[in-house]
Amino acid sequence: MEHIVIIGNGISGVTLARHIRKLSNKRITIVSAETDFFFSRTALMYVYMGHMKFEHTQPYENRFWKKNRIDLKKGYVKTIDTTSKTLHFAEGNTLQYDKLVIATGSKPNKFGWPGQDLEGVMGMYHKQDLDNLEKQAPNKDVCKRAVIVGGGLIGIELAEMLNSRSIPVTFLVRESSFWNGVLPEGESEMINRHIKNHHIDLRLSTNLKEIKADENGKVKSVIIEETGEELECNVVGLTAGVTPNIDFIKDSDIETGRGVKVNRFLETNITDVYAIGDCAEQHEAIGNRRPIEAVWYTGRMMGETLAQTICGNRIEYKPGHWFNSAKFLDIEYQTYGWVFGKKGRPDYEQHFHWKHDKEDICITVAYHKDTKEFLGINTFGIRMRHEIFDRWLTEKRNIDYVMSYLKDANFDPEFYKAYESDILTQYNLEFNTNLTAHKKSWKRIFSKV
Amino acid sequence: MKAIKHIGLVIFLIGLATFTALPLLGTFNLNEADFNTIIKGQNIKSEVFINTIKSDIIGQDFSGMQTLSPKISKAIENANEAHTKNKEWDKKIYTKSSDMAAMIGKKSANGFIPNNKGLMWFLTFGLGIIGALMFILPNVILLGKKGIKNDGIYHESATNRGWIGWMVFIFLVSFYLVLYFASEYATNWTLLVDPISEALSGNPAGHWFVYGFMYCTVMTVMAVRMYIKYRHNIYQVFRTTSVLFFQIVFAFLIPEIMVRLQMPYYDFKNAFPLDYDFFFQWNLKDLINNGGIGIFILVWGIVLTLIVVPVMVYFFGKRWYCSWVCGCGGLAETLGDPYRQHSDKSLFAWKVERYLIHAVLVFVLFMTGMTLYSFFTDSSMILGIKTSTVQSIYSLVIGSIFAGVIGTGFYPIFGNRVWCRFGCPLAAYLGFVQRFKSRFRITTNGGQCISCGNCSTYCEQGIDVRAYAQKGENIVRSSCIGCGICSAVCPRGVLKLENGPEKGRINPTEILLGNDVDLMDLVNQK
Ligand SMILES: Cc1cc2nc3c(=O)[nH]c(=O)nc-3n(C[C@H](O)[C@H](O)[C@H](O)COP(=O)(O)OP(=O)(O)OC[C@H]3O[C@@H](n4cnc5c(N)ncnc54)[C@H](O)[C@@H]3O)c2cc1C
Ligand code: SF4
Ligand code: SF4
Repeated sequence: MEHIVIIGNGISGVTLARHIRKLSNKRITIVSAETDFFFSRTALMYVYMGHMKFEHTQPYENRFWKKNRIDLKKGYVKTIDTTSKTLHFAEGNTLQYDKLVIATGSKPNKFGWPGQDLEGVMGMYHKQDLDNLEKQAPNKDVCKRAVIVGGGLIGIELAEMLNSRSIPVTFLVRESSFWNGVLPEGESEMINRHIKNHHIDLRLSTNLKEIKADENGKVKSVIIEETGEELECNVVGLTAGVTPNIDFIKDSDIETGRGVKVNRFLETNITDVYAIGDCAEQHEAIGNRRPIEAVWYTGRMMGETLAQTICGNRIEYKPGHWFNSAKFLDIEYQTYGWVFGKKGRPDYEQHFHWKHDKEDICITVAYHKDTKEFLGINTFGIRMRHEIFDRWLTEKRNIDYVMSYLKDANFDPEFYKAYESDILTQYNLEFNTNLTAHKKSWKRIFSKV
Repeated sequence: MKAIKHIGLVIFLIGLATFTALPLLGTFNLNEADFNTIIKGQNIKSEVFINTIKSDIIGQDFSGMQTLSPKISKAIENANEAHTKNKEWDKKIYTKSSDMAAMIGKKSANGFIPNNKGLMWFLTFGLGIIGALMFILPNVILLGKKGIKNDGIYHESATNRGWIGWMVFIFLVSFYLVLYFASEYATNWTLLVDPISEALSGNPAGHWFVYGFMYCTVMTVMAVRMYIKYRHNIYQVFRTTSVLFFQIVFAFLIPEIMVRLQMPYYDFKNAFPLDYDFFFQWNLKDLINNGGIGIFILVWGIVLTLIVVPVMVYFFGKRWYCSWVCGCGGLAETLGDPYRQHSDKSLFAWKVERYLIHAVLVFVLFMTGMTLYSFFTDSSMILGIKTSTVQSIYSLVIGSIFAGVIGTGFYPIFGNRVWCRFGCPLAAYLGFVQRFKSRFRITTNGGQCISCGNCSTYCEQGIDVRAYAQKGENIVRSSCIGCGICSAVCPRGVLKLENGPEKGRINPTEILLGNDVDLMDLVNQK
C-alpha cells in the first residue's frame, strides 16, 4: 500500500488527508511537532480570552483519526532524504514515505531586532506561543504593559487578546494607517479609530529599534526607532507577518525560495514531493494572488486539490475568485474579489465607498473605470453572501447591476437594519444614475448559473 | 461602576439568603375551625387522623415547618395503617402527606411572616431584584462597545463549572426538590406572594404560584442581562422580548385571570405533548364541564398540536416555539444563557439524545393512548396495567425529575437545554417536522468558515455546528431550536438562520466554494 506522509497537521495537511481517505485506501501518516491533534490556529485568541477551552479548537473528536485510519505521529522532522525517501526526526528515529507532502505552515517574522529572542518576546502562531503568553501575561499585575510590533491581522488579534485581560497595549505599526497595504484609506482610518476607541495605544508610522533586557534576561523595555523613546513593558509581541516554516528543508534537494517552490500541480522539483498551505510558493503568482498565500482558505483548497493528484487524477491548483474575512476587534470584515489599497492598485480600478454616519459600518466596491465591471467588494459590519458575489464575479456583472441587486447579497441575521437603500441613494447621487433597488429574491439567490 | 456591581451582589445575596432560610423559619399554630375546613375540603373520614391532629397539633406552637411536617406525616401513616388493618378502605387518606402539611401550614402560619407579607416580599424578592439589577445594569458601560461579550467565560468559576457553578446547581436542585416533593416547606414563600395572587385570581397563593411568579421575575431580570449582552444583535433582542411576553402574559397572567373568571386554568401556548396531562381524565372532564370555554380550550389544544405547531414549523422552523414562545425555552434563554457552553458536543451525546428524546415521545404517546382508551371505555386498566400508574410514573420521572430537577437544576453543569435536547417530547415532534418538511435552515456562507469553533461551543443544543460549516454545508438538524447564538458569535459571518425554499436546503459538499469550479463540479455532483 502506498504510504503518504504529510508533514504538518494544520488545515492544509489535514484537509489533504481527509480527502485522500475519501478517495483511496492509501496509508496516511500526518507528522507534527506542535500538538497531538489538529486544532484551529485561527481560534488561539479565543482560548486566551476565555471564550473557549483549547479542546474546543479541535475540529474533530480524537477518535476521528483512528476511525479514518489516519496515523498521527508526533515528532520534529530534522532532515529529508529524498533519494532514500526517508524522514529523519530530531528524536533520532526515521520514517519511510512513498509520497511526501510538506505542509509545515509559517513562523513569525523576526527582522533581526536586538533583543528579539529575550524571554517575554514572542510571536503568536503556535500553540506554544499561546502557552507562553499565558505564562508571561496571565494578568495586568504580572504584565504591566505589552508592546505589539506589526500591524497585521495577527497583531490586532493579539492586541484584542491582551485587552480582554485589561493589559495596557502599545501597538507599533510601521504603516501610516492600519493595514493600508491592503485596505483603502476610508476603511483603514475607520479601523484606526476603532482601535483607539478600545484604549489601545496605537502608534502609526512607528518602528521598533531594539528590545532591552533586565538583569534576568527578561524584556524590560523597547526603544522606538523614530523618537528614541523607551517604553517599559513585560511582553513584546512580534506580529510583523509570517514566513514559511521551512528551515529544515534548506539542506535537502527540494527547491526553495522564501517557501517551497511548487508548480501549478503543487509538485516540487523532486518527484513524489509536494507542498501545500502557507509554506508553498508558486513559481508564478496566480492572477492577483501572491505567490505565497498564508491564509486558511487557500491551505484548505490546496489540500482539496492535491488529494486528486495524489489519487491519480492529476489536476492543477486553480483557485476561484478571491475571498477572505477577518475581524478587527468588534468589526467584521469580508471581502470578495479584489479591492486594493493605495499600494498596488491597478490604474483601471476605481472605488465607490459608503460609510454609515455613526456606526462602524462601511463598504467599498471596486470597479473598472472604463467597462464598469464589478471587481470586488470590502464590507465592514455587514455580512454578505459568498455565493452571490462569487456568481456576480463569474458573470462579470457591472457595478450598476451589483448595486441594484445588493439585497440578494445581504447575509446579516434576520431583523437587522438593512442599508442597501442608503447605499444605493448615495450611489445614484455620485454616479448620476437612477437605479432602483430590487427586492431580495430567493429564486435568484438559489438559481445556479 | 465596579463598586455598584459589588454592592448589588451583596444585596442580591442577602435577598437570596433570606429566601433560602424561609422554609425553616416561621411559627405555626393550627386552630380547630381551620382544621375543620380542611377536613371538609379533603373529605377526611379517618377519626384516627382527626384525633391525632387534635391532640398533638391543634393549639400548639410549632416553630419551623421541620417540627410540624413530621408530625403530620406520622399521623397520616398511623391512621392509614390502622384503617388498612381493619379493612376500612373508605377511611384511608390519599392526600399526600406533604400536601396535607402544606395545607395545614398555610392555614396555621402566624407571627411575623404572615403579618408582614409586604416587608418579607421586599427582603426576599425585592432585594433579589434590586441586587441583581445593580449587578447587571453597570454592564451597559463596563462591557464597552457593542459586540461579542464572551471574555472570561472559561476563566470564571460561575460559568466554568467552578465552585460557584456547583453552588448554583445545589441551590436549583434543592429548590426543585422542595417544589415537587416537599411543598410544605414552600409555605412561607407562598405567604410572600399572597397579595399578588389574590389580586390576580382572588385566591391565596400555592407553591405553584410562587414558582410561576419567580419564573417570571427571574426571566425578566435575566432578560435585562440578555438585552445588554446581545445589544448588537437585534434578533436576540426580539427573541428575548417574545419569550418574556409569552411567559408573563400567556403562562402567568391569563391562566390566573381565567381562574378569577371561573374558567379552567389554561396556558394557551403550552402544547401537548409538552403539556402531557392535557388528555388526562380529570382535565378532559374539567374542560367538558366548563361549557363553552372548556370546549374551546379542548379544540384549541388539539388544533395547536396537530395543525398550528407543524404548520408554523414548516414555515419558520421549530424556533418559533422553542426559542420564541416556550416557557422552558424562555428560562433556558435567560437564566440559562450563562451556561449554554456546557452542552456536550460529542457524537456520543448526540446518540444518547436521539434515543432518549424519542423514548420520551413514545412514552408520552403510549400513556396518552392508554389515557384516552380509559376515558372512552371507562376502564382503568389496559392489559393488566393501570392507566393511573403509568400516568404517575410519567409525571414523576419525566414531568418532575427530568423536566424540572435535571432540566433546570443541572444548568450550571450540563448546560441550559438538557430537557429541551434530551427529553422534551414536543421538541422531538417539532424536530421531525423541521428535519423533513420545513423551510428553515442555517445557511453556511460558502467557504468562509475558519473552523474556530465558537459556534459549536456556544450551541446550547450540543450541535457541532462547525462540523457542517467547515464543509460549507447548511445546518439542518432536528434539534436546532434556532436561538441564533451560533450566528451571533461567529467571527466570520458564516451562519444565517433563514427560511427559504426547501429545494437545496440540505446541501452536502466536499469541496467548498472558492476553489476550482471544475473540481467542485467533479466532486460535489457525484
Ligand atoms: C493567530 C492567527 C490567526 C489567524 N487567523 C486567520 C484568519 O482569520 N483567516 C485566515 O484565512 N487565516 C488566518 N490565519 C492564518 C492561517 O491560520 C494559516 O494560513 C493556516 O493555519 C496555515 O495552515 P497550514 O496547514 O499551511 O500550516 P499550519 O497550520 O502552520 O500547520 C503546520 C504544522 O506543521 C508543523 N511543523 C512545521 N515544521 C515541522 C517539522 N519540521 N516537523 C514536524 N512538524 C512541523 C507546525 O508545528 C504546524 O503544526 C491565522 C493565523 C494565526 C496564527
Ligand atoms: S445550531 Fe445555532 S441556532 Fe441552532 S440551537 Fe445551536 S446555536 Fe442555536
Ligand atoms: S463560528 Fe463561524 S468561523 Fe467559527 S467554526 Fe463556526 S461557522 Fe466557522
